[in-house]
Amino acid sequence: MTGLRRALFVAGILLVCAWTLVPIYLVALGGIGGAATVYAWPKPFWPATLSLSNFQAFLEIEGIWPAMLRSIEVAVLCMLFSLLLGAPAGYALARFAFRGATIYRLTILMTRAFPVGILALPLAVGFVRLGIYDTAFGVALMHTALALPFAVLVTASLFLGIPRELEEAAWVFGCSGLGAFRRVVLPLAIPGIAATAIFAFVISWNEVFAASVLTVRHKTLTAYLLTLLSEAPLQSQLAGGLLLILPSVLFIFLVRRYLFAMWGVASR
Amino acid sequence: MADIRIAAVTKSFGTLAALREVSLDVRDGEFVALLGPSGCGKTTLLRIVAGLETRSSGRVLIGGRDVSDLPPRLRGLAMVFQNYAVFPHLRVRDNIAFGLTMTGAASQRIEQQVARAAALMHIETLLDRYPAQLSGGQRQRVAVARALAVEPAVLLMDEPLSNLDALLRLEMRAELKAVLAEARTTTLYVTHDQTEAMGLADRIAVMQEGRIVQMAPPLEVYRHPSSMFVGGFIGNPPMNFLRLPVQDGVVRLGTLTLNAPRDAGSSVMLGIRPEDLELTEGGDGFAFRVQVPEPLGSHVLLTGQADGQSLRVAIPPDRNIGAGQTVTLRPNPERIGWMDPATGLALEGK
Repeated sequence: MTGLRRALFVAGILLVCAWTLVPIYLVALGGIGGAATVYAWPKPFWPATLSLSNFQAFLEIEGIWPAMLRSIEVAVLCMLFSLLLGAPAGYALARFAFRGATIYRLTILMTRAFPVGILALPLAVGFVRLGIYDTAFGVALMHTALALPFAVLVTASLFLGIPRELEEAAWVFGCSGLGAFRRVVLPLAIPGIAATAIFAFVISWNEVFAASVLTVRHKTLTAYLLTLLSEAPLQSQLAGGLLLILPSVLFIFLVRRYLFAMWGVASR
Repeated sequence: MADIRIAAVTKSFGTLAALREVSLDVRDGEFVALLGPSGCGKTTLLRIVAGLETRSSGRVLIGGRDVSDLPPRLRGLAMVFQNYAVFPHLRVRDNIAFGLTMTGAASQRIEQQVARAAALMHIETLLDRYPAQLSGGQRQRVAVARALAVEPAVLLMDEPLSNLDALLRLEMRAELKAVLAEARTTTLYVTHDQTEAMGLADRIAVMQEGRIVQMAPPLEVYRHPSSMFVGGFIGNPPMNFLRLPVQDGVVRLGTLTLNAPRDAGSSVMLGIRPEDLELTEGGDGFAFRVQVPEPLGSHVLLTGQADGQSLRVAIPPDRNIGAGQTVTLRPNPERIGWMDPATGLALEGK
């Protein structure tokens, strides 16, 4: 019985892993292997030829570098906004008992319940009126809206993990409220805050729909590639895809511990 | 060095009254223990003195200065927390120096004070470690050293020993007493452990349901509890209470005739500690049927019945008395206390 359970357990894990890893593997295979591998069937496990020429071709596409810089600009802005708005909200959730705290905690995720597709047109119109349409700032605002719920919940669990007595001790031993936060809470929270920042960065970096709708000439990398790559050969698409995936995978790997913490799963 | 004056402080959480008009004076250099069962308001009172909790009304004065509305950092006090609250991201050295660093003291003075406080608490060798590398007892020492280093006018301690194991607690208790006696720091100490309060304090303030029910030196609290609650809470085993009828101004117990207290009603509670009862052969006394004898080494604890009521007696360890035996007991007349059975309050003897 236990053997069967264990086999099912392992099979489940393998299935979940395959769900994400096989597509990434195929993308990598096509990107590295070049045209010969992309169109080969059955697929070889290792690419027939190893070449970076696809990446080189990809990076030489006109407008890639400005788009990439814009993506970074948007992602950094999104990261800053998410932290500046999300961390205080998370702190309030963690430290203060206020009327409606539970509802607030729940509804915070509801912002993710509205599909961007429905909001796209009103948003675009609104952004045009405000004069922030087709700007990095505008896209960053939209991305902040997407990243903020996570920023609030992750930082809340982070601050919850720092005993209140530490802050109280700091107050007793000469700190003001802000001083205690800076000298005691912040140093203890910094790894988690960094993780939150990286997560916001990744959300923005990966986001393509809102970025496409809210920009025309000043597109982010993902939005730019969406318009561009539909005409490019398959192996270039795959090479571009791989380059886009890598930073996210790397970042998520780095911050996985804090993402688990958000859902209350201990992992040490 | 300063005194603490707590004047008519109340605190309510919604409809629940945590503190009801508590007034308390701690003299300069005195060690006062706030003692009571959990939920009696002792920690709330301490946190109000520290400024970590808001009060509903009343005033707190430290060294004659009204600090009621000041933030904790401006009250001139230091505090030791129950869970130590040692900063995990700072080395022991920087933890101890924290308070002085915040006041902007000269680095030479900080160094001097850290060395002195560390020496007092015997943690000189741990100065460069992080708290995660310390045991619970060592962390507690760091927390006390951090409080002593600022040479506070007032030291507040919130159950500082309750997280230590029994042996360590005993050791720290003695050490704490020696260190604080030397420093002559005015100390307010919260505990639910009566032996801690008895052993450490100059005076004990016993709290019950948001009130101070007795404030006196340890021995007085022990010998002359102000109520049945105090007598039962302090002492291990607790004080015995026998409900006895009053007739013609006297209380009869066995062949003994005791003068009833003033203001006694038709019956009265006799309070007597287990060690204030002695075995007697042939003299006056009352019958006590032993149910369970427990030889505890230093004494033998007998649990049994007298006058149909349960009673505990501590007798010298060399006496061999078995279960089911009936003996005659005589109370030490000087150690008898009287209480009103209705209110539980002490009555004055005649």
